[in-house]
Amino acid sequence: MDFAFLSSTMVTLLAALPMTLALFICSITLGGLLALGLVWMRTGGNPFLVGFAKAYIFVFRGSPLLIQMFLVFYGLGQFGIIRYSFLWPLLREPFVCAVLSLALCTAGYTAEIFRGGIRAVSPKEIEAARSIGMSGFMLVRRILAPIAFRHALPAYSTEVVLMMKSTALASLVTVWEVTGVAQRLISHTYRTMEVFLCAAIIYLVLNFIILQAMGLLEYYLSRHRRAMPSALKA
Amino acid sequence: MPGVNRLLVNNIRKSFGTHEVLRGISLDARDGDVISLLGASGSGKSTFLRCINLLEIANDGEIWVDGEQIRMIHKNGKSRPESARQVDRIRSELGMVFQSFNLWSHMTILQNVIEGPIHVLKRPRVEAIAEAEALLEKVGIADKRHAYPAHLSGGQQQRAAIARALAMKPKVMLFDEPTSALDPELVGEVLRVMRALAEEGMTMLVVTHEMSFARNVSNRVVFMREGLIDSSGTPDEMFGGTGSPAFRQFIGHFGS
Repeated sequence: MDFAFLSSTMVTLLAALPMTLALFICSITLGGLLALGLVWMRTGGNPFLVGFAKAYIFVFRGSPLLIQMFLVFYGLGQFGIIRYSFLWPLLREPFVCAVLSLALCTAGYTAEIFRGGIRAVSPKEIEAARSIGMSGFMLVRRILAPIAFRHALPAYSTEVVLMMKSTALASLVTVWEVTGVAQRLISHTYRTMEVFLCAAIIYLVLNFIILQAMGLLEYYLSRHRRAMPSALKA
Repeated sequence: MPGVNRLLVNNIRKSFGTHEVLRGISLDARDGDVISLLGASGSGKSTFLRCINLLEIANDGEIWVDGEQIRMIHKNGKSRPESARQVDRIRSELGMVFQSFNLWSHMTILQNVIEGPIHVLKRPRVEAIAEAEALLEKVGIADKRHAYPAHLSGGQQQRAAIARALAMKPKVMLFDEPTSALDPELVGEVLRVMRALAEEGMTMLVVTHEMSFARNVSNRVVFMREGLIDSSGTPDEMFGGTGSPAFRQFIGHFGS
């Protein structure tokens, strides 16, 4: 075990960690917001919006993320209206292309996860809320969303972990995050095994932290399902 | 005050597809009336109750709550309320207690009871909590206020649901088979709470199979059959042998 090499590799790779984290946080946030919009369209009842949401979800779940990323990175520049628009300085950046395509992809999956959570809400509890005069956004905010989110959380934590791993694909559109730096290191040193092992360890630690955080959130949100503390028992 | 028409319902019709469940029901409830709605399953009792607070939309008919008519639009054979805000406001004046309690499972009992007053009635939190605790005391589950619904027995959950409805200070309470989902030994505690409410003068419309409640607590009994009101009258009139043949046959199933 060449610990000197391993440790210098780790240091090199960890320098790229902020980029990985930036990709992850930006795409999860943007994707989550898009997913909320998609779910609103999908469950709204307006046939055009429902159709659009269904088509969007189908396209972004049904095609490889890598191809979506290539289409955004290489494809957008082929359209004159984009190249000459005020957005071009932003859209030509590899980081922005990566975040955009990651967000668009996760929005499709997350929307379906949220929709599953909404479907699991008991209609009886919704009726009880309506019967006291709650409706619209108040009903969603106070009753529907909290219950739906609790149902969706386990599936959503899976999606978050997948997103963290998907940031590795950004290396193929010239973003220097952990996997990209690892590949460059291998091309210099030819020591594939050790370098990728270090990269894998970094992702494992990141995902461990994410899953622990999700687990804590789940624990905090599921007090109503656990046994009553003995102090409250009759 | 006695004599005021709290609820007036005229000629409600409701169909699900081609099946006409309500074929013209009219009812009036004055202040302090406790009306028991009896009938076989399928007779439309629960549907009728749900039409009053618009959980079901009637195809025809008018509803007045405390003199205010719920404005409806009837177009192309479809009906809908004219104003969602009016519907919300009227619903907040009608308390409903459900057969399956329908408590919000992710909130404690106290949170269930204060939810309406704080977010719908916009009462200050401190006041809402004080009143909620008084109500929970009244229905006898004050010690369970920080427990979750899953930790309570059916009877306790239903009493919590009644407290939740009362917290909105409703003009009329609608009970949809409140004890039908309870074990027999828990039915009594809920009926006691309902009786206490009736004696305080709450206007109540109760769909029930509990004949003891219908006979002893309500001041009017309405018997529904196949979407229409078959007969109605005071408990003495109905149970005293002068009820219609259909009604006598119906209560024959319940023993004496």
